Amino acid sequence: MLEIKNLTCGYTGNFFIQDINFKVNAGEIVGIIGPNGSGKTTLLRGISRGLKPKSGQVFLNEKDIWQMSFKELAKTMAVLPQSIEPVTMSVEEFVLLGRIPHLKDLQFFEGKTDLIIAKESLRLTDTLTLKNHLMTQISGGERQLVLIARALAQQPKLLLLDEPTTHLDITHQVRILDLIKRLNRDLGLTVVMVLHDLNLAAEYCRRLILLKDGRIFREGVTEDVINYRTIEEVYKTVVVVEKNPVSAKPYVLLVSEEEIKQNLPDR
Amino acid sequence: MNNKILKWATLTGILLILLLIVSIFSFFWGTVNIPAGKIGEIISKGRADTRFVILFDIRLPRILLAFAIGGALSLAGVILQGMFRNPLVEPYTLGISGGAALGVCLNIVLRMQNILGVFSLPVLGFIGGICVITLVYILSIKQDILRIQGLLLCGVMLSFICSSLIMLIMAISRAEDLHGIIFWIMGSLEQPNWLLIKAALGMSIFGLMAAYIFCFDLNAFSLGEEEALHLGINVEKSKRLLFILTSLLTGFSVSIAGIIGFVGLIVPHFMRLLIGNDHRVLLITSFLSGAIFLIFCDTLARTIIAPMEFPVGVITGILGGSLFIYTFTRKLC
Repeated sequence: MLEIKNLTCGYTGNFFIQDINFKVNAGEIVGIIGPNGSGKTTLLRGISRGLKPKSGQVFLNEKDIWQMSFKELAKTMAVLPQSIEPVTMSVEEFVLLGRIPHLKDLQFFEGKTDLIIAKESLRLTDTLTLKNHLMTQISGGERQLVLIARALAQQPKLLLLDEPTTHLDITHQVRILDLIKRLNRDLGLTVVMVLHDLNLAAEYCRRLILLKDGRIFREGVTEDVINYRTIEEVYKTVVVVEKNPVSAKPYVLLVSEEEIKQNLPDR
Repeated sequence: MNNKILKWATLTGILLILLLIVSIFSFFWGTVNIPAGKIGEIISKGRADTRFVILFDIRLPRILLAFAIGGALSLAGVILQGMFRNPLVEPYTLGISGGAALGVCLNIVLRMQNILGVFSLPVLGFIGGICVITLVYILSIKQDILRIQGLLLCGVMLSFICSSLIMLIMAISRAEDLHGIIFWIMGSLEQPNWLLIKAALGMSIFGLMAAYIFCFDLNAFSLGEEEALHLGINVEKSKRLLFILTSLLTGFSVSIAGIIGFVGLIVPHFMRLLIGNDHRVLLITSFLSGAIFLIFCDTLARTIIAPMEFPVGVITGILGGSLFIYTFTRKLC
């Protein structure tokens, strides 16, 4: 589905991600994790054509994304930004923007199918009731759901998400990620997402890519990436990694400095 | 039925009716008051009647020109505001008007009309506008992302430079050229040349149709450029073409009617407040209301202190500016 070969890209003068190589197969959920400033968002922009690579290539279904037309790319891959600027338009209008890549030249109004697909996207994300609300009036969690609805309206094969759960409470974190998991299972949507929260990443992604200083530090199944040695080395923080009693996935516990001094004097 | 089409049709219809009303009012109202009922009698007499000349050789061309230029400026404003997601962006603040003005001054001083004929004015206006916008674009694109503050500052500064250069040209030009420049700078919709009026009409209607090709691009731009890219928009290409289109519209308008401020700022801003951000509706409504606004202002300009005449820019400035402040402060309360 997605293949990244020797990708090096970044912003002039300061930050770069270097020599990134990985593959994502159809139907996978892959998480990109790493400390602040390790290049997670930069990597996502590199994959989504937001940044021109200095070297290396990104292939989507065996096609170089820079050779594809913008419309073709948008029909195959939908990208969810970290946050959006407030716009005064209704939720339905916003979701219909996702139909833009499917509209023909000189078609100024969406057809019946477009309206049906938008409605279906709203239904799938459980936001149909918000349809006539303004984007500026809904809550952060709802906005995130509507963003996903817009992405679905693009009818993509691959969904890229940049920290879909930041600034959300646990209810909405779980709601969003459950939804993504359901879409992955039911629609066969391939998902690549940047996640800040290691525990959510461990819980929802089968495979993880851990970045450090613009390079891939480790890549593999969750258990290989989230263990206390790796996490302590990359994050420079003392952690305890346990198993979630229900899902058996690893989860990361933090320990405060004082507690470490009192209870683990040798560290 | 798609209710977007309904909204589009309703608003367009209402504005077309308003346009008709304002035009008819403007047609019959003036220093020489001509009752509408006499129109049949006047037409049957033809050119023999001075009232016919007043109506069809003075007032009608003015209305048509006001329609073309009001529409074009407002359209340029709505496109630029949509592209930059900022209500302060318009042809004037980006320096396009200033560049066009400089082009026109050069045209007068260098007597380009001897070489290029009657279209030398709009051509040089367009060249001036496109030069400034290219400069603004290059200067602000250096930092990878087009930063809006930088862009506006660049535009305002280039405007200053342009007006300084115009002053320089005025200072060193011959007396008869000076007269031409001052006459033109004051801005007026009185244009005796039918060819230019027809060209202006053609240009603004072409502009409107061309803008519609980009209506989804503009809608996507309202979420930001990177978002637009992810929605399948060729951002750089659209931006370049839209820059050229707005320069064309502004250059043409400024070169024919002088600098008429605020139409490109106030009208699109109001329409956006009233009907939202969908450019499919916004483009046509801004165009029509810009036209209505300018026809109305021009009628005021030529009747308030009749038989003297204001420059129409004075009216649009005072009316537009105070209306803007009024809504702005009311919104804050």
